[in-house]
Amino acid sequence: MILLGVIVKLLFIVLVVAGLFLPLITWVERKQSAVMQDRIGANRADLFGLTLMGLLHPAADVLKLLSKEDVVPYGANRVLHQLAPVIALVPAIVTLAVIPFGGTYTLGDTTFSLVVADIDWGILFVFAVGSLATYGAVMAGWASNSNWGLLGSMRASAQMISYEVTMGLSVVGLFMCFGTLKLTEMAAFQDQTFRIFGFLEHFGLVTQLPWLIDKLTLPMWGILLQPLGFILFLTCIMAENKRPPFDAPEGESELVAGYHMEYSGMRFGLFYTAEFLEVPVIGTIVTSLFLGGWSIPWLSTADIIGGVSGVFGHGFATGLCIVMHVLSFLLKVVIMIWLQMALRWTLPRFRYDQVMDLCWKMILPLSIANVFVTGAVILFLERA
Amino acid sequence: MTDFLFYLFAALAVAGALGMLLNVRNTVAGALSLVGTMVSLGAIYVLLDAYLIGVLQILVYAGAIVVVFLFVVMLLNLRQDDFGADRLRWTKRLAVAFGVLVCVELLLVVPRALGPAAEIPADFGGYRMVGAALFTDWVLAFEVTSLLLLAAMVGAVILAKRSID
Repeated sequence: MILLGVIVKLLFIVLVVAGLFLPLITWVERKQSAVMQDRIGANRADLFGLTLMGLLHPAADVLKLLSKEDVVPYGANRVLHQLAPVIALVPAIVTLAVIPFGGTYTLGDTTFSLVVADIDWGILFVFAVGSLATYGAVMAGWASNSNWGLLGSMRASAQMISYEVTMGLSVVGLFMCFGTLKLTEMAAFQDQTFRIFGFLEHFGLVTQLPWLIDKLTLPMWGILLQPLGFILFLTCIMAENKRPPFDAPEGESELVAGYHMEYSGMRFGLFYTAEFLEVPVIGTIVTSLFLGGWSIPWLSTADIIGGVSGVFGHGFATGLCIVMHVLSFLLKVVIMIWLQMALRWTLPRFRYDQVMDLCWKMILPLSIANVFVTGAVILFLERA
Repeated sequence: MTDFLFYLFAALAVAGALGMLLNVRNTVAGALSLVGTMVSLGAIYVLLDAYLIGVLQILVYAGAIVVVFLFVVMLLNLRQDDFGADRLRWTKRLAVAFGVLVCVELLLVVPRALGPAAEIPADFGGYRMVGAALFTDWVLAFEVTSLLLLAAMVGAVILAKRSID
């Protein structure tokens, strides 16, 4: 029974990734950049005259990459050269194992939650797996026996370790607010609401708020509790992905194509896929941490199940709740994908020294200050 | 299942260590085999219920420290002939002697010294337990270590900088 549940969840994730995000994301990138630059974008690949607004281009791309020759350059380390694209791609997929796509539900006498591995240190798992992705880029550049590739992997390794440090520090304040590292508990925490002016009552400034003002509530989302943390974390995790504006490791004006210069065919396609797949994966991580995960603002799980089960029964209410939560989660992920694409097509590439300066001289001090201020506020609220 | 996973990761750890030894002239490949050892050790820690140490093993050792090794190796751009054959001979003999000694110790002494397995507390190896111990009972050791690391870092920067402005 448990095994069956795990298989169903894995299938769901694979279908969402391979069937929904992966084919669409390259199309979204092309079309969104086209809209932003007042162009039409990819619209030529057709099947019997049917272009589907360029939706066939991803399929044409994959066909082209699969039919290309797989070149291993002279003097390259064959094993590492062929292994590197796999190592770059796997961490992006493995991360999804700990991301909760929905909450915990009770149906009859079975309780289940919509996450493959509900581990106590979920977010640390995300960071640990993400830190291994560095090796894909480092191995690729070194094993290619090419100077451009080597320079690209050196840039990639320096950039990725630096931003790993600040990425961890920028969310410490968030963990202090949530009091947990478990991603399912974080999402459940963000399913609550808080009264905007409740602090006036808390400090005894007023005894009873007027009715209307008392009803003004906001969801307890990470982005509202830690706005600075959100900006810092998003910057760091986008830098980890090495996409523009942080694509110094593959900057084509200096390094031709950087660490994956000597790759062709589907092995190049795997690097390309890894970078693109990380966009929705980043969306899921940011959604779970900062945008309330699967929760629907102002409509808690108890509200949905309590409201609907009176009319249609408990089973229907739970089913409806699951569908609404998964859709809410996916909608937030889509918004995060849109935001990342908009940033990618708005900002020019940072110079390599600017990337490092941003990390060590701006984000690091700001995240440490964020930890201190958050700690002071939590202490103050507990004392009062 | 646990036994199978233990033997799998133990074999991978040993294979990674051997890979590092045999690749002593190809430093980057050696460092990459070390990554295999580090990740396998992390998995073994997780099998032993020491979750935090397991994940830190992967996050810190495999994910950061070996990357820095690689960075330095690539920066120095060592070639095979930079390692003289006679420079390693002396240390090799010493290493073999100590290796044999450690093997004998592990095979003869340790099994006798081990008592029955202790009961594992409920929150064993979690970040809460480790954090509480680190910041209450061992806070002095923690702070002294961080001071030491800071001093080492300042020293490294001063040594690396040619002129201090």
